[in-house]
Amino acid sequence: MPSYVNPDKCDGCKAQDKTACQYICPNDLMVLDKATNKAYNRDVSMCWECYNCVKICPTQAVEVRGYADFVPMGASATPMRSTDSILWTVTFRNGMIKRFKFPIRTTAEGTAVPDGGFPTDDDLSSPALFTEPASLGLPAVFSLRSQ
Amino acid sequence: MANFETVVVETDLLILGGGMAACGAAVEAAYWAKKNGLKVTLVDKAAVDRSGAVAMGLSAINQYVGLRDGANTVKDYVDYVRNDLMGITREDLVANIARHVDSTVHLFEQWGLPIWKDENGAYVHEGRWQLMINGESYKVVVAEAAKNGLLQDGVGQIFERVFIVGPLLDGDRCAGAVGFSVRDETFYVFKAKATLVAMGGAVHVFKPRSSGEGMGRAWYPPWNSGSSAYFTLKAGAEMTCQEVRFIPVRFKDAYGPVGAWFLLFKSRATNSQGGNYMVERKSELEKWVPYGRVKPIPANLRNYLGMLDTMEGKGPIYMRTEEAIQAIADNFKDDPKAYKKKMKELESEAWEDFLDMTISQAILWAASNVQPEERSSEIAAAEPYFIGSHSGASGAWVSGPEDLQSEATKSEYFWGYANMSTVTGLFCAGDASGASSHKFSSGSHAEGRIAAKAAIKYIVENNTLPSIAAETMERLKAEILRPLDTYEQNHRATTDPDVNPNYMKPKMFMFRLQKIMDEYAGGITAQFTTNKALLERALELLAFLKEDSEKLAAANLHELMRCWENVHRMWQAEAHVRTVLFREETRWPGYYFRADKPSLDDENWHVFANCKYDPNTNSWQMMAKPVQHIFEQELAGAKA
Repeated sequence: MPSYVNPDKCDGCKAQDKTACQYICPNDLMVLDKATNKAYNRDVSMCWECYNCVKICPTQAVEVRGYADFVPMGASATPMRSTDSILWTVTFRNGMIKRFKFPIRTTAEGTAVPDGGFPTDDDLSSPALFTEPASLGLPAVFSLRSQ
Repeated sequence: MANFETVVVETDLLILGGGMAACGAAVEAAYWAKKNGLKVTLVDKAAVDRSGAVAMGLSAINQYVGLRDGANTVKDYVDYVRNDLMGITREDLVANIARHVDSTVHLFEQWGLPIWKDENGAYVHEGRWQLMINGESYKVVVAEAAKNGLLQDGVGQIFERVFIVGPLLDGDRCAGAVGFSVRDETFYVFKAKATLVAMGGAVHVFKPRSSGEGMGRAWYPPWNSGSSAYFTLKAGAEMTCQEVRFIPVRFKDAYGPVGAWFLLFKSRATNSQGGNYMVERKSELEKWVPYGRVKPIPANLRNYLGMLDTMEGKGPIYMRTEEAIQAIADNFKDDPKAYKKKMKELESEAWEDFLDMTISQAILWAASNVQPEERSSEIAAAEPYFIGSHSGASGAWVSGPEDLQSEATKSEYFWGYANMSTVTGLFCAGDASGASSHKFSSGSHAEGRIAAKAAIKYIVENNTLPSIAAETMERLKAEILRPLDTYEQNHRATTDPDVNPNYMKPKMFMFRLQKIMDEYAGGITAQFTTNKALLERALELLAFLKEDSEKLAAANLHELMRCWENVHRMWQAEAHVRTVLFREETRWPGYYFRADKPSLDDENWHVFANCKYDPNTNSWQMMAKPVQHIFEQELAGAKA
């Protein structure tokens, strides 16, 4: 069932009009069952196991069980994503556990400035994109005309 | 008819899609739109933070030319792409992306994407063109810059969870798009002076290897449903390279990436007898000269040599991970402490490669108790996909930039605005534009920027809002919502909502399409082999399917999206079959094999195979277009 929801942990995002998992799923798979107030994956055979529902869930209620049609049972990969890094716990079928931590970004969330701090260009008819040539680190944009 | 509210949105530039190309388009368009007092509207069927092919993340940036360090030239990249695509590529388009892509990568770094650096502060390369990254949040960072650009000072607006069905036309000009919300009952009409299509490639046109839950684990994401191809075809745009499907060789079943293993860790792949097909089948490459002699060996030929092993019963094919890691660690064997540290580092790098972009593969390793430093893992050819990047090439035929044309190319490849299709006001980028392969995530973003700047220029120079008749909008609304009506009118006729003599649900429709393509158009069960008679039979069966598409039924908004996604896939399929039929040779044997035309015919077919659908006459036109060069042609190693 690729992503699945633990009913003991899911609070339906406190009955807001949509849940976090529903907001983020790139394939429109996560839905809230209004009767139980729990989320579920409505079509597991269209799930890419991208883990976006797992990473975004505020109560860690969403997990992934590997595709049953080719993955032996008993393993898991569980992320804890913070603002600058992600910690993975990988549990093997034989019980072995491995942990990995990787950086995810070097700047504070929300602070990406479109021009990246590079001087901008003003000529709508030139081949230069708005941060060029500065963002190329070159004096000019390559062109066959200038050769 | 289903009672949906109609919302009409008027804008200057309409960006369709939310992936890498669309985010590149948004950040570039925002700058030029603000300067010129224009409005930009972006429409995504998902949430921009995590939509498109980079939704999960990536472990590498596959296109970085290294111009500022003098590592490579624009021409080097063009030579690489042309050779890999067996001679068929638009040099002007590839050069245009290559001259801008480094700029985009430098922006990614400023925005917050961690790019690996060595002790001297230089980027760590996976291969000649590839950079290693910590890319879990790659898409989040890129989307953030796009949103920060678009949402400043009222320059633009973003619609999420709105599914675009098709184009809005004003005579021969693209006038915007129509679609619907998958969250509430709203029909959207977007009227625009220019439209930029960046809605990805197509997955699940062919039957995938997995049959159950694992169907979703395609190599390219399942939400890439052919919307770019449908949109451009239905607008009447000329299409190119519709035969050039892409089949990646990846770790078997979960489709984890192999790039780091082949390029960074220098791993070999061997068959069950320990043989290396790249060595043992070297002579086969001579059948595909001059491309069989170029370095690196074209991706499809590498695929083909492995496929020959599989077809001869020499599988499984294993990536020799344990051997590769051991070889690297052996450099430290005289220093036990350094050796242990290196092994730990390699283990972490190997796992991050999967955890950043194909978590399923990490689960599969853990579920099979695989530690890559101890045991090999199987690799295999995936199912065929449609993609404008990597070694695929399908997409719309677009104008190149004026300043990257030669005498030979300018009359064929340039018609006014970079990345504009043959339909006025319709621009394409990423998987939507063809014959410009190997653009990957970074090049797609750069191409989105190129197309957006050109589209803003087009609007400034052609500043008129198209006119759309009210009855046209009503007709499109009725057609788009018809699956809901079909369901509502017929579902009480049986006790099972999925089985009904009057309609068909989108999932079975998709299975029918996949079976046709798999068996007749060279899918996995046909071992990627087809011929004229099989392709003609495919067209007969596709014609029945197209008729039955009018009987698609949807019980809710989600299914309505699935209905149209599968119609989009069907059009991509038809363009593919017609073009494979048109090209009477086999040029990319690792992608498909025309058994009736089993060899390369450079004399007659060293051309682009283009096609065009005419919406007025409901007919297809097939065209051969010349391959011309902007740089002097070189085939590395072609002279034996």
